[in-house]
Amino acid sequence: MNASQPNPQPKDAKTVVTRADIDHIATLANLPISDGQSEELTKQVGGTVAYVSQLQSLPTDDVTETSQVTGLENVFREDEIDTSRMFTQEEALANAKNTYNGFFVVGRVLEEK
Amino acid sequence: MLADLPISVLAQKLKRSEITSEQLVAECYDRIEAYDGTINSFITVVDRKKAIERAKFIDAHRETFPSPLAGIPYVMKDAYLTKGVRTTAASKILDAFIAPYSSTVHQKLENVGAILIGKMNMDAWGHGASTENTDYGVTKNPWGSDRSAGGSGGGPAAAIASRFCVFGIGEDTGGSIRNPAAWNNITAMKVTYGRVSRYGAIAYASSLDTMGPTAKTAEDCAFVLEAIAGYDAYDATSSQKPVPSYTKALDKSIKGKKIAFPTEFYGDALDPNIKEAILVARDIFVKEGAEVTDVSLPLLEYGVPVYYILAPSETSSNLGRYDGVRYGNGRDLFTKENMRRIMTGTYALSSGYYDAYYKKAQKVRSLFIKEYEKLLSEYDAILSPVTPIMPSKFGELLDDPIKNMMADLYTVIVNIVGLPSLAIPCGFTKDNLPMGMQLVGAMFDESTLFALGNAYQKVTDWHTRSPNLVNS
Repeated sequence: MNASQPNPQPKDAKTVVTRADIDHIATLANLPISDGQSEELTKQVGGTVAYVSQLQSLPTDDVTETSQVTGLENVFREDEIDTSRMFTQEEALANAKNTYNGFFVVGRVLEEK
Repeated sequence: MLADLPISVLAQKLKRSEITSEQLVAECYDRIEAYDGTINSFITVVDRKKAIERAKFIDAHRETFPSPLAGIPYVMKDAYLTKGVRTTAASKILDAFIAPYSSTVHQKLENVGAILIGKMNMDAWGHGASTENTDYGVTKNPWGSDRSAGGSGGGPAAAIASRFCVFGIGEDTGGSIRNPAAWNNITAMKVTYGRVSRYGAIAYASSLDTMGPTAKTAEDCAFVLEAIAGYDAYDATSSQKPVPSYTKALDKSIKGKKIAFPTEFYGDALDPNIKEAILVARDIFVKEGAEVTDVSLPLLEYGVPVYYILAPSETSSNLGRYDGVRYGNGRDLFTKENMRRIMTGTYALSSGYYDAYYKKAQKVRSLFIKEYEKLLSEYDAILSPVTPIMPSKFGELLDDPIKNMMADLYTVIVNIVGLPSLAIPCGFTKDNLPMGMQLVGAMFDESTLFALGNAYQKVTDWHTRSPNLVNS
């Protein structure tokens, strides 16, 4: 989960979401959005954030958070290869739109100077 | 028609060769071909010839398939991977996606000889309460064609109501099994988190997602759950607790069972028709020997805010994998509702806001768990509405995020806590629109809910009604 960021300064819940916030978030979420969408999302995400911020009024200082409701933690398995669940190369590539010599083709990550 | 019959009766008739699976499957396909053009509950109909072939095979080898589900046609919400049959999650991103492996639930049903006939419409990626946020056209409510079939699993619910199949498999993250059940007059079990494997089910929000049966009655749901529940080594969050016999629990006496009736749930937010219907149901439970007591669950109003932090946050992470490289199309094809949820979640998880939103919501989640644990240590079940509103007219919930969220008022809290909940039909309005209620039970106590639901359905007949599709 992309939840914990390195040493962020905790910020208070805020109820104003700006257009700049939305453009930044869209980049983080890798969503291509148009100017029109950005404007609409500013309003709608802002509305949702304002609505959920009512949680701030509940005192929870000495409450521990729950992320797993049945209380399981650290479920391990043997570090062994399960051949029954292995794909052939053909199966693994079957749904890809763009392949080359048995590989997935991905977008360029590094740019030339 | 055969699909009107309970699974127990169908299984007996099949065993005695009074009917064949081929006949049953063919009848379902005839109805799909006649009526689904209007209802639009299917995204993909399994090739008729293939399904008939499978039915013939089961008919010919009946002795090797002792399960009551052998030869019974069923459908799955299109969020389940089914090897060889397209899986879309109702999104054009996966329009041509053929999974190279099957979900555990699908595999288990195949193993016992049940016959998959379709992959069903839903809100894309499970985001919605009306099956309007789909890339495959809205599903019309068979009880009123200007109304939504509910969501996110509107497709399977409408198909069961329309008798296109005998049962369906849904997926419930915040009400996606129960809301469509209420709006289509069918019965559905949202199981305890971890009771049924999530392996091969397309993830919406991993700490909330549950897989469960939808059918006409509590009895039918018990048959299906018995076949799909249990530990799965491929899902580390599935529970190792042994699976009890749900069908044996059906006829257990409900005399002396204690039902809590949270008064906050029956305030102004609730449609008066639904309130009236549940008050009548309350009296029926009392008449059948249960004790119903008014209680208080004051946290109710915080359920939707908790859910709309946790679910978008988790979905923003889960949907991050859809980049169009290994499979599927690009991220520009997410619907508006998908984008709203991904954006809201990314915002809540973004640098500096984690404590204020996600962590805070996880803390309030603990408060909910405490409140429900206390209540369910004193009571066997909680009687609650499923939705605060009647089936919405098309467009009513679209583009109004707050109104859309409020449709989930009574359902999301159950997912936050992880409890099981049985949604059952409890009446009709004067306009012949169905209404539902839910019985929420203690962790892993689906059995008590089945007993209560079955006792109620023995003395009521709402669940036997089906819509008149000729006029829709």
